[in-house]
Amino acid sequence: MTAPSLPDDCVPYLPRGVRLHDDKVRGIRVLLAPERAISLDPVGDAILSELDGARTLGDLIAELAARYQAPAEQVGQDMREFLTGLIDRRMVFLRESGARGA
Amino acid sequence: MDDIGGHDILGNPVSARAPMAMLAELTHRCPLACPYCSNPVELTRVNSELSAAEWADVFQQAAAMGVLQVHLSGGEPASRRDLAEIAASARDAGLYVNLITSGIGLTQARLRDLDAAGVEHIQLSLQGIDAEMADWIGGYTGSFARKMQVAEWIGEIGFPLTLNAVVHRQNLDRLPEMIDLAERLGCRRIEVATVQFHGWADLNRRPLMPTLEQAAEARKVVNEARLRLRGRMVIDYVPADHHATFPKSCMGGWASTGINIAPDGTVLPCHAAQTIQSLEFDNIRARSLAEIWYNGRAFNAFRGTAWLPEPCASCDRREIDYGGCRCQAMALAGDPTATDPVCSRSPLNPVLKAQAQQDAVSEDVALVYRRMPKETRA
Repeated sequence: MTAPSLPDDCVPYLPRGVRLHDDKVRGIRVLLAPERAISLDPVGDAILSELDGARTLGDLIAELAARYQAPAEQVGQDMREFLTGLIDRRMVFLRESGARGA
Repeated sequence: MDDIGGHDILGNPVSARAPMAMLAELTHRCPLACPYCSNPVELTRVNSELSAAEWADVFQQAAAMGVLQVHLSGGEPASRRDLAEIAASARDAGLYVNLITSGIGLTQARLRDLDAAGVEHIQLSLQGIDAEMADWIGGYTGSFARKMQVAEWIGEIGFPLTLNAVVHRQNLDRLPEMIDLAERLGCRRIEVATVQFHGWADLNRRPLMPTLEQAAEARKVVNEARLRLRGRMVIDYVPADHHATFPKSCMGGWASTGINIAPDGTVLPCHAAQTIQSLEFDNIRARSLAEIWYNGRAFNAFRGTAWLPEPCASCDRREIDYGGCRCQAMALAGDPTATDPVCSRSPLNPVLKAQAQQDAVSEDVALVYRRMPKETRA
Protein backbone atom coordinates (compact mmCIF):
# COMPACT_ATOMS: atom_id res chain seq x y z
CA MET A 1 0.00 0.00 0.00
CA THR A 2 1.31 3.45 -0.88
CA ALA A 3 1.65 5.94 1.95
CA PRO A 4 -1.31 8.32 2.11
CA SER A 5 -0.22 11.71 0.86
CA LEU A 6 -3.22 13.97 1.21
CA PRO A 7 -2.16 17.60 1.52
CA ASP A 8 -3.27 19.60 4.56
CA ASP A 9 -5.13 22.10 2.41
CA CYS A 10 -7.40 19.63 0.61
CA VAL A 11 -11.08 19.57 1.58
CA PRO A 12 -12.52 16.06 1.97
CA TYR A 13 -16.29 15.67 1.76
CA LEU A 14 -19.00 13.05 1.38
CA PRO A 15 -20.29 13.28 -2.19
CA ARG A 16 -23.89 12.94 -3.22
CA GLY A 17 -25.07 9.37 -2.70
CA VAL A 18 -22.87 8.78 0.35
CA ARG A 19 -24.23 9.53 3.80
CA LEU A 20 -24.00 8.68 7.46
CA HIS A 21 -26.90 6.80 8.99
CA ASP A 22 -28.00 5.91 12.49
CA ASP A 23 -28.73 2.19 12.43
CA LYS A 24 -31.13 2.00 15.34
CA VAL A 25 -31.81 -1.72 14.91
CA ARG A 26 -28.15 -2.69 15.33
CA GLY A 27 -27.22 0.26 17.50
CA ILE A 28 -24.37 1.34 15.22
CA ARG A 29 -23.44 4.16 12.86
CA VAL A 30 -23.05 3.21 9.21
CA LEU A 31 -21.78 4.84 6.06
CA LEU A 32 -24.24 4.23 3.23
CA ALA A 33 -22.90 4.37 -0.32
CA PRO A 34 -23.81 2.80 -3.67
CA GLU A 35 -24.05 -0.97 -3.10
CA ARG A 36 -22.19 -0.66 0.21
CA ALA A 37 -23.00 -0.23 3.88
CA ILE A 38 -19.98 0.10 6.15
CA SER A 39 -20.30 -0.08 9.91
CA LEU A 40 -18.23 2.62 11.57
CA ASP A 41 -16.29 2.49 14.80
CA PRO A 42 -16.41 5.63 16.97
CA VAL A 43 -13.21 6.97 15.41
CA GLY A 44 -14.47 6.55 11.84
CA ASP A 45 -17.77 8.11 12.81
CA ALA A 46 -16.01 11.05 14.49
CA ILE A 47 -13.91 11.71 11.38
CA LEU A 48 -16.73 11.46 8.86
CA SER A 49 -19.13 13.48 11.01
CA GLU A 50 -16.71 16.41 10.80
CA LEU A 51 -16.60 16.52 6.99
CA ASP A 52 -18.56 19.63 6.13
CA GLY A 53 -17.14 20.35 2.70
CA ALA A 54 -15.65 23.61 3.96
CA ARG A 55 -12.84 22.87 6.39
CA THR A 56 -9.48 21.62 5.17
CA LEU A 57 -7.91 18.36 6.25
CA GLY A 58 -5.46 20.42 8.33
CA ASP A 59 -8.35 22.13 10.16
CA LEU A 60 -9.99 18.77 10.82
CA ILE A 61 -6.80 17.21 12.16
CA ALA A 62 -6.30 20.12 14.54
CA GLU A 63 -9.93 19.93 15.67
CA LEU A 64 -9.88 16.19 16.39
CA ALA A 65 -6.42 16.27 17.97
CA ALA A 66 -7.63 18.94 20.39
CA ARG A 67 -10.88 17.15 21.12
CA TYR A 68 -9.27 13.81 21.87
CA GLN A 69 -6.10 15.31 23.34
CA ALA A 70 -3.99 13.25 20.96
CA PRO A 71 -0.79 14.21 19.11
CA ALA A 72 -1.70 15.92 15.83
CA GLU A 73 0.87 13.82 14.00
CA GLN A 74 -0.79 10.57 15.05
CA VAL A 75 -4.31 11.87 14.36
CA GLY A 76 -3.16 13.08 10.94
CA GLN A 77 -1.69 9.73 10.03
CA ASP A 78 -4.82 7.84 11.12
CA MET A 79 -7.10 10.24 9.26
CA ARG A 80 -5.08 10.13 6.07
CA GLU A 81 -5.08 6.35 6.10
CA PHE A 82 -8.81 6.11 6.79
CA LEU A 83 -9.77 8.75 4.24
CA THR A 84 -7.46 7.36 1.55
CA GLY A 85 -9.24 4.00 1.81
CA LEU A 86 -12.58 5.70 1.26
CA ILE A 87 -11.24 7.94 -1.51
CA ASP A 88 -10.05 4.85 -3.38
CA ARG A 89 -13.56 3.44 -3.06
CA ARG A 90 -15.10 6.72 -4.27
CA MET A 91 -16.93 7.27 -0.99
CA VAL A 92 -15.03 10.42 -0.07
CA PHE A 93 -14.23 13.14 -2.59
CA LEU A 94 -11.62 15.90 -2.37
CA ARG A 95 -11.56 19.43 -3.51
CA GLU A 96 -8.72 21.91 -3.39
CA SER A 97 -9.23 24.46 -0.65
CA GLY A 98 -9.13 27.25 -3.27
CA ALA A 99 -12.14 25.72 -5.02
CA ARG A 100 -14.45 26.04 -2.04
CA GLY A 101 -17.27 28.51 -1.79
CA ALA A 102 -19.78 26.69 -3.99
CA MET B 1 -30.68 -7.82 18.52
CA ASP B 2 -32.40 -11.11 19.14
CA ASP B 3 -31.63 -14.08 17.01
CA ILE B 4 -34.85 -15.86 16.22
CA GLY B 5 -34.85 -19.04 14.29
CA GLY B 6 -36.38 -22.15 12.87
CA HIS B 7 -35.05 -25.28 11.25
CA ASP B 8 -33.13 -26.01 8.08
CA ILE B 9 -34.19 -28.53 5.48
CA LEU B 10 -32.82 -31.42 7.60
CA GLY B 11 -34.38 -30.19 10.85
CA ASN B 12 -31.23 -28.66 12.37
CA PRO B 13 -31.87 -25.48 14.35
CA VAL B 14 -30.81 -22.30 12.55
CA SER B 15 -30.85 -18.63 13.43
CA ALA B 16 -30.80 -15.47 11.42
CA ARG B 17 -29.52 -11.94 11.82
CA ALA B 18 -31.37 -8.88 10.62
CA PRO B 19 -31.34 -8.43 6.84
CA MET B 20 -29.25 -5.63 5.29
CA ALA B 21 -30.63 -5.13 1.79
CA MET B 22 -33.77 -5.59 -0.24
CA LEU B 23 -34.18 -6.11 -3.95
CA ALA B 24 -37.63 -4.81 -4.85
CA GLU B 25 -38.73 -6.15 -8.22
CA LEU B 26 -41.46 -3.65 -8.94
CA THR B 27 -42.60 -5.27 -12.18
CA HIS B 28 -41.59 -7.92 -14.67
CA ARG B 29 -42.59 -5.63 -17.54
CA CYS B 30 -39.61 -4.45 -19.59
CA PRO B 31 -39.18 -2.97 -23.05
CA LEU B 32 -35.96 -4.92 -23.47
CA ALA B 33 -35.76 -8.68 -24.00
CA CYS B 34 -32.22 -9.53 -22.87
CA PRO B 35 -31.61 -13.25 -23.34
CA TYR B 36 -29.95 -13.54 -19.90
CA CYS B 37 -32.68 -11.77 -17.92
CA SER B 38 -32.56 -12.71 -14.23
CA ASN B 39 -36.34 -12.75 -13.96
CA PRO B 40 -37.95 -16.18 -13.81
CA VAL B 41 -39.02 -17.82 -17.04
CA GLU B 42 -42.58 -17.66 -15.67
CA LEU B 43 -43.16 -13.92 -15.51
CA THR B 44 -45.67 -12.17 -13.26
CA ARG B 45 -48.50 -10.38 -15.00
CA VAL B 46 -49.26 -6.73 -14.42
CA ASN B 47 -52.59 -7.25 -12.63
CA SER B 48 -50.96 -9.13 -9.75
CA GLU B 49 -48.26 -6.50 -9.08
CA LEU B 50 -48.09 -4.94 -5.60
CA SER B 51 -49.56 -1.44 -5.45
CA ALA B 52 -47.51 1.61 -4.43
CA ALA B 53 -49.27 1.54 -1.05
CA GLU B 54 -48.31 -2.09 -0.54
CA TRP B 55 -44.70 -1.29 -1.41
CA ALA B 56 -44.72 1.59 1.09
CA ASP B 57 -45.78 -0.85 3.79
CA VAL B 58 -43.08 -3.34 2.75
CA PHE B 59 -40.43 -0.60 3.02
CA GLN B 60 -41.61 0.42 6.49
CA GLN B 61 -41.45 -3.19 7.66
CA ALA B 62 -38.02 -3.65 6.06
CA ALA B 63 -36.52 -0.56 7.69
CA ALA B 64 -37.93 -1.56 11.08
CA MET B 65 -36.19 -4.94 10.72
CA GLY B 66 -32.81 -3.39 9.94
CA VAL B 67 -32.75 -3.25 6.14
CA LEU B 68 -30.52 -0.33 5.13
CA GLN B 69 -30.67 -0.26 1.36
CA VAL B 70 -33.35 -0.94 -1.21
CA HIS B 71 -32.66 -1.62 -4.86
CA LEU B 72 -35.63 -0.71 -7.03
CA SER B 73 -35.49 -3.09 -9.93
CA GLY B 74 -37.65 -5.16 -12.24
CA GLY B 75 -38.10 -5.93 -15.12
CA GLU B 76 -37.79 -2.27 -15.90
CA PRO B 77 -38.91 -0.23 -12.87
CA ALA B 78 -39.61 2.76 -15.13
CA SER B 79 -42.39 0.67 -16.68
CA ARG B 80 -44.34 1.60 -13.56
CA ARG B 81 -45.87 5.05 -13.80
CA ASP B 82 -45.89 5.33 -10.01
CA LEU B 83 -42.11 4.73 -9.73
CA ALA B 84 -41.39 8.15 -8.17
CA GLU B 85 -44.12 7.61 -5.58
CA ILE B 86 -42.66 4.20 -4.71
CA ALA B 87 -39.13 5.65 -4.48
CA ALA B 88 -40.35 8.44 -2.19
CA SER B 89 -41.99 5.93 0.13
CA ALA B 90 -38.75 3.96 0.38
CA ARG B 91 -36.83 7.12 1.26
CA ASP B 92 -39.52 8.09 3.78
CA ALA B 93 -38.97 4.73 5.46
CA GLY B 94 -35.32 5.74 5.92
CA LEU B 95 -33.85 3.42 3.30
CA TYR B 96 -30.97 4.19 0.95
CA VAL B 97 -32.64 4.20 -2.45
CA ASN B 98 -30.89 2.76 -5.49
CA LEU B 99 -32.54 2.54 -8.91
CA ILE B 100 -31.54 -0.28 -11.26
CA THR B 101 -32.70 0.55 -14.77
CA SER B 102 -32.07 0.08 -18.47
CA GLY B 103 -32.95 3.76 -18.87
CA ILE B 104 -35.68 2.94 -21.36
CA GLY B 105 -38.85 4.73 -20.33
CA LEU B 106 -37.06 7.46 -18.37
CA THR B 107 -37.40 11.04 -19.53
CA GLN B 108 -35.71 14.17 -18.27
CA ALA B 109 -38.91 15.08 -16.40
CA ARG B 110 -39.21 11.65 -14.79
CA LEU B 111 -35.57 11.77 -13.70
CA ARG B 112 -36.21 15.13 -12.04
CA ASP B 113 -39.18 13.57 -10.24
CA LEU B 114 -36.97 10.71 -9.07
CA ASP B 115 -34.41 13.23 -7.87
CA ALA B 116 -37.10 15.01 -5.86
CA ALA B 117 -38.35 11.64 -4.57
CA GLY B 118 -34.95 10.98 -3.05
CA VAL B 119 -33.33 8.41 -5.35
CA GLU B 120 -29.69 8.39 -4.25
CA HIS B 121 -27.90 6.35 -6.89
CA ILE B 122 -28.64 4.94 -10.33
CA GLN B 123 -27.35 1.76 -11.91
CA LEU B 124 -27.72 1.81 -15.67
CA SER B 125 -27.45 -1.47 -17.53
CA LEU B 126 -25.15 -1.80 -20.52
CA GLN B 127 -25.78 -4.49 -23.14
CA GLY B 128 -22.98 -3.50 -25.50
CA ILE B 129 -20.62 -0.76 -26.51
CA ASP B 130 -22.53 0.34 -29.60
CA ALA B 131 -26.03 0.26 -31.05
CA GLU B 132 -25.30 -2.80 -33.17
CA MET B 133 -24.43 -4.98 -30.17
CA ALA B 134 -26.66 -3.38 -27.51
CA ASP B 135 -29.82 -3.31 -29.64
CA TRP B 136 -29.28 -6.91 -30.74
CA ILE B 137 -28.78 -8.18 -27.19
CA GLY B 138 -31.61 -6.08 -25.79
CA GLY B 139 -33.89 -6.98 -28.69
CA TYR B 140 -34.90 -3.34 -29.04
CA THR B 141 -33.90 -1.03 -31.88
CA GLY B 142 -32.82 2.39 -30.67
CA SER B 143 -32.19 1.28 -27.09
CA PHE B 144 -28.51 2.21 -27.09
CA ALA B 145 -29.04 5.75 -28.37
CA ARG B 146 -31.80 6.25 -25.84
CA LYS B 147 -29.68 4.89 -23.02
CA MET B 148 -26.82 7.26 -23.85
CA GLN B 149 -29.28 10.15 -23.79
CA VAL B 150 -30.56 9.03 -20.38
CA ALA B 151 -26.97 8.75 -19.09
CA GLU B 152 -26.41 12.37 -20.08
CA TRP B 153 -29.53 13.50 -18.21
CA ILE B 154 -28.47 11.50 -15.17
CA GLY B 155 -25.13 13.33 -15.23
CA GLU B 156 -26.82 16.73 -15.60
CA ILE B 157 -28.96 16.13 -12.52
CA GLY B 158 -25.92 14.84 -10.67
CA PHE B 159 -27.03 11.36 -9.62
CA PRO B 160 -24.07 9.13 -8.79
CA LEU B 161 -23.97 6.59 -11.60
CA THR B 162 -22.84 2.99 -11.90
CA LEU B 163 -22.75 1.28 -15.25
CA ASN B 164 -23.84 -2.37 -15.02
CA ALA B 165 -22.19 -4.20 -17.88
CA VAL B 166 -23.39 -7.75 -18.37
CA VAL B 167 -20.73 -9.64 -20.28
CA HIS B 168 -20.72 -12.88 -22.26
CA ARG B 169 -19.00 -14.37 -25.27
CA GLN B 170 -20.55 -11.94 -27.75
CA ASN B 171 -19.37 -8.73 -26.03
CA LEU B 172 -16.57 -9.67 -23.62
CA ASP B 173 -13.82 -8.79 -26.10
CA ARG B 174 -14.94 -5.18 -25.90
CA LEU B 175 -14.62 -4.86 -22.14
CA PRO B 176 -11.88 -2.19 -22.37
CA GLU B 177 -14.25 0.03 -24.34
CA MET B 178 -17.01 -0.52 -21.77
CA ILE B 179 -14.66 0.66 -19.03
CA ASP B 180 -13.70 3.69 -21.16
CA LEU B 181 -17.37 4.48 -21.70
CA ALA B 182 -18.07 4.37 -17.98
CA GLU B 183 -15.18 6.76 -17.44
CA ARG B 184 -16.45 9.13 -20.14
CA LEU B 185 -19.91 9.11 -18.55
CA GLY B 186 -18.37 10.15 -15.23
CA CYS B 187 -19.35 6.92 -13.45
CA ARG B 188 -18.04 6.32 -9.97
CA ARG B 189 -18.36 2.60 -10.49
CA ILE B 190 -18.70 0.01 -13.18
CA GLU B 191 -19.97 -3.45 -12.41
CA VAL B 192 -18.78 -6.05 -14.87
CA ALA B 193 -20.89 -9.14 -14.32
CA THR B 194 -20.53 -12.28 -16.35
CA VAL B 195 -23.88 -13.83 -17.23
CA GLN B 196 -25.16 -16.29 -14.62
CA PHE B 197 -26.41 -19.29 -16.50
CA HIS B 198 -29.79 -19.76 -14.86
CA GLY B 199 -33.29 -19.22 -16.16
CA TRP B 200 -33.34 -17.34 -19.47
CA ALA B 201 -29.55 -17.46 -19.77
CA ASP B 202 -29.62 -21.23 -19.46
CA LEU B 203 -31.63 -21.24 -22.70
CA ASN B 204 -28.80 -19.26 -24.29
CA ARG B 205 -25.72 -21.08 -23.10
CA ARG B 206 -24.43 -21.77 -26.62
CA PRO B 207 -24.36 -18.17 -27.88
CA LEU B 208 -23.40 -16.62 -24.51
CA MET B 209 -20.89 -18.90 -22.75
CA PRO B 210 -17.50 -17.14 -22.66
CA THR B 211 -14.36 -18.99 -23.65
CA LEU B 212 -11.61 -19.72 -21.15
CA GLU B 213 -9.34 -17.31 -23.05
CA GLN B 214 -11.92 -14.53 -22.81
CA ALA B 215 -12.33 -15.07 -19.07
CA ALA B 216 -8.55 -14.92 -18.55
CA GLU B 217 -8.21 -11.80 -20.71
CA ALA B 218 -11.12 -10.10 -18.87
CA ARG B 219 -9.36 -10.70 -15.55
CA LYS B 220 -6.25 -9.04 -16.95
CA VAL B 221 -8.20 -6.07 -18.33
CA VAL B 222 -9.95 -5.57 -14.97
CA ASN B 223 -6.72 -5.76 -12.98
CA GLU B 224 -4.98 -3.23 -15.25
CA ALA B 225 -7.94 -0.86 -15.23
CA ARG B 226 -8.23 -1.01 -11.43
CA LEU B 227 -4.64 0.19 -11.11
CA ARG B 228 -5.01 2.87 -13.76
CA LEU B 229 -8.32 4.20 -12.40
CA ARG B 230 -7.58 3.98 -8.70
CA GLY B 231 -9.35 6.80 -6.88
CA ARG B 232 -11.33 7.71 -10.00
CA MET B 233 -13.56 4.73 -10.70
CA VAL B 234 -14.28 1.51 -8.84
CA ILE B 235 -14.54 -1.72 -10.83
CA ASP B 236 -16.58 -4.56 -9.37
CA TYR B 237 -16.07 -7.74 -11.32
CA VAL B 238 -18.10 -10.95 -11.24
CA PRO B 239 -16.11 -13.56 -13.18
CA ALA B 240 -17.53 -16.47 -15.10
CA ASP B 241 -18.09 -19.13 -12.47
CA HIS B 242 -18.20 -22.02 -14.93
CA HIS B 243 -14.47 -21.43 -15.37
CA ALA B 244 -13.70 -20.98 -11.67
CA THR B 245 -12.17 -23.44 -9.21
CA PHE B 246 -14.58 -22.69 -6.36
CA PRO B 247 -18.16 -21.47 -6.35
CA LYS B 248 -19.27 -18.01 -5.36
CA SER B 249 -20.71 -17.45 -1.93
CA CYS B 250 -24.11 -16.84 -3.42
CA MET B 251 -25.93 -13.99 -1.63
CA GLY B 252 -23.23 -14.24 1.07
CA GLY B 253 -24.96 -17.41 2.26
CA TRP B 254 -28.62 -18.35 1.74
CA ALA B 255 -30.98 -15.87 3.44
CA SER B 256 -28.16 -14.26 5.39
CA THR B 257 -28.24 -10.63 4.23
CA GLY B 258 -30.73 -9.93 1.47
CA ILE B 259 -34.44 -10.19 0.79
CA ASN B 260 -35.95 -10.23 -2.66
CA ILE B 261 -39.56 -9.26 -3.24
CA ALA B 262 -41.10 -10.36 -6.54
CA PRO B 263 -43.63 -8.09 -8.29
CA ASP B 264 -46.59 -10.04 -6.86
CA GLY B 265 -45.28 -9.87 -3.29
CA THR B 266 -43.63 -13.28 -3.15
CA VAL B 267 -40.74 -13.04 -0.69
CA LEU B 268 -37.57 -14.82 -1.82
CA PRO B 269 -34.04 -15.34 -0.49
CA CYS B 270 -32.74 -14.59 -4.02
CA HIS B 271 -34.18 -13.67 -7.38
CA ALA B 272 -33.86 -17.19 -8.80
CA ALA B 273 -35.10 -19.11 -5.74
CA GLN B 274 -38.39 -20.07 -7.35
CA THR B 275 -36.49 -22.46 -9.60
CA ILE B 276 -36.31 -24.66 -6.50
CA GLN B 277 -39.81 -26.00 -6.84
CA SER B 278 -39.71 -28.10 -3.70
CA LEU B 279 -39.70 -24.90 -1.62
CA GLU B 280 -42.85 -22.95 -0.89
CA PHE B 281 -42.53 -19.19 -0.69
CA ASP B 282 -44.60 -16.87 1.44
CA ASN B 283 -46.29 -13.73 0.17
CA ILE B 284 -46.08 -10.35 1.86
CA ARG B 285 -49.84 -10.04 1.42
CA ALA B 286 -50.33 -12.98 3.82
CA ARG B 287 -47.54 -12.72 6.45
CA SER B 288 -45.32 -10.03 7.89
CA LEU B 289 -41.83 -9.59 6.50
CA ALA B 290 -40.24 -10.37 9.87
CA GLU B 291 -42.20 -13.59 10.22
CA ILE B 292 -41.18 -14.66 6.72
CA TRP B 293 -37.52 -13.73 7.24
CA TYR B 294 -37.10 -15.41 10.62
CA ASN B 295 -39.60 -18.26 10.46
CA GLY B 296 -40.38 -18.84 6.78
CA ARG B 297 -39.49 -22.39 5.83
CA ALA B 298 -37.93 -21.42 2.51
CA PHE B 299 -35.69 -18.85 4.24
CA ASN B 300 -34.55 -21.33 6.87
CA ALA B 301 -34.13 -24.24 4.43
CA PHE B 302 -30.44 -23.65 3.63
CA ARG B 303 -29.34 -21.33 6.41
CA GLY B 304 -26.07 -22.08 8.15
CA THR B 305 -23.87 -25.06 7.27
CA ALA B 306 -25.41 -27.99 9.18
CA TRP B 307 -27.46 -29.16 6.16
CA LEU B 308 -24.42 -29.30 3.85
CA PRO B 309 -23.69 -32.69 2.27
CA GLU B 310 -20.24 -34.03 1.46
CA PRO B 311 -17.87 -32.93 0.03
CA CYS B 312 -18.98 -29.57 1.53
CA ALA B 313 -19.59 -30.80 5.09
CA SER B 314 -15.89 -31.49 5.71
CA CYS B 315 -14.57 -28.80 3.36
CA ASP B 316 -12.41 -26.02 4.79
CA ARG B 317 -14.24 -23.54 2.56
CA ARG B 318 -17.74 -24.28 3.90
CA GLU B 319 -17.91 -21.02 5.85
CA ILE B 320 -16.60 -19.14 2.80
CA ASP B 321 -18.98 -20.26 0.07
CA TYR B 322 -21.68 -22.27 1.92
CA GLY B 323 -21.65 -24.86 -0.84
CA GLY B 324 -22.20 -22.25 -3.56
CA CYS B 325 -25.45 -21.39 -5.28
CA ARG B 326 -28.56 -23.45 -4.43
CA CYS B 327 -30.30 -22.50 -7.66
CA GLN B 328 -27.29 -23.58 -9.69
CA ALA B 329 -27.21 -26.88 -7.77
CA MET B 330 -30.89 -27.31 -8.65
CA ALA B 331 -30.36 -26.42 -12.29
CA LEU B 332 -27.24 -28.48 -12.89
CA ALA B 333 -27.48 -31.34 -10.41
CA GLY B 334 -31.27 -31.53 -10.15
CA ASP B 335 -30.87 -31.33 -6.36
CA PRO B 336 -30.93 -28.07 -4.37
CA THR B 337 -28.86 -29.58 -1.55
CA ALA B 338 -26.02 -30.71 -3.84
CA THR B 339 -22.60 -29.10 -3.92
CA ASP B 340 -22.72 -26.36 -6.54
CA PRO B 341 -21.41 -28.18 -9.64
CA VAL B 342 -19.19 -25.21 -10.57
CA CYS B 343 -17.01 -26.29 -7.61
CA SER B 344 -13.98 -28.32 -8.65
CA ARG B 345 -14.72 -30.66 -5.74
CA SER B 346 -18.19 -31.53 -7.04
CA PRO B 347 -18.39 -34.95 -8.70
CA LEU B 348 -20.36 -33.26 -11.51
CA ASN B 349 -17.68 -30.65 -12.19
CA PRO B 350 -15.83 -32.47 -15.02
CA VAL B 351 -19.08 -32.85 -16.97
CA LEU B 352 -19.99 -29.22 -16.36
CA LYS B 353 -16.58 -27.94 -17.43
CA ALA B 354 -16.66 -30.04 -20.59
CA GLN B 355 -20.14 -28.77 -21.42
CA ALA B 356 -19.11 -25.15 -20.80
CA GLN B 357 -16.14 -25.53 -23.12
CA GLN B 358 -18.32 -27.11 -25.76
CA ASP B 359 -20.89 -24.30 -25.41
CA ALA B 360 -18.11 -21.73 -25.66
CA VAL B 361 -16.96 -22.97 -29.08
CA SER B 362 -20.48 -23.13 -30.46
CA GLU B 363 -21.08 -21.03 -33.55
CA ASP B 364 -24.72 -20.67 -32.57
CA VAL B 365 -25.68 -16.99 -32.33
CA ALA B 366 -29.47 -17.39 -32.33
CA LEU B 367 -30.80 -15.81 -29.11
CA VAL B 368 -33.85 -16.91 -27.19
CA TYR B 369 -35.21 -13.54 -26.07
CA ARG B 370 -37.04 -13.04 -22.82
CA ARG B 371 -40.68 -12.36 -23.66
CA MET B 372 -43.76 -11.85 -21.53
CA PRO B 373 -46.71 -14.07 -22.32
CA LYS B 374 -49.35 -11.99 -24.11
CA GLU B 375 -51.77 -10.36 -21.69
CA THR B 376 -55.32 -11.45 -22.35
CA ARG B 377 -57.67 -8.53 -22.04
CA ALA B 378 -60.64 -9.05 -19.76
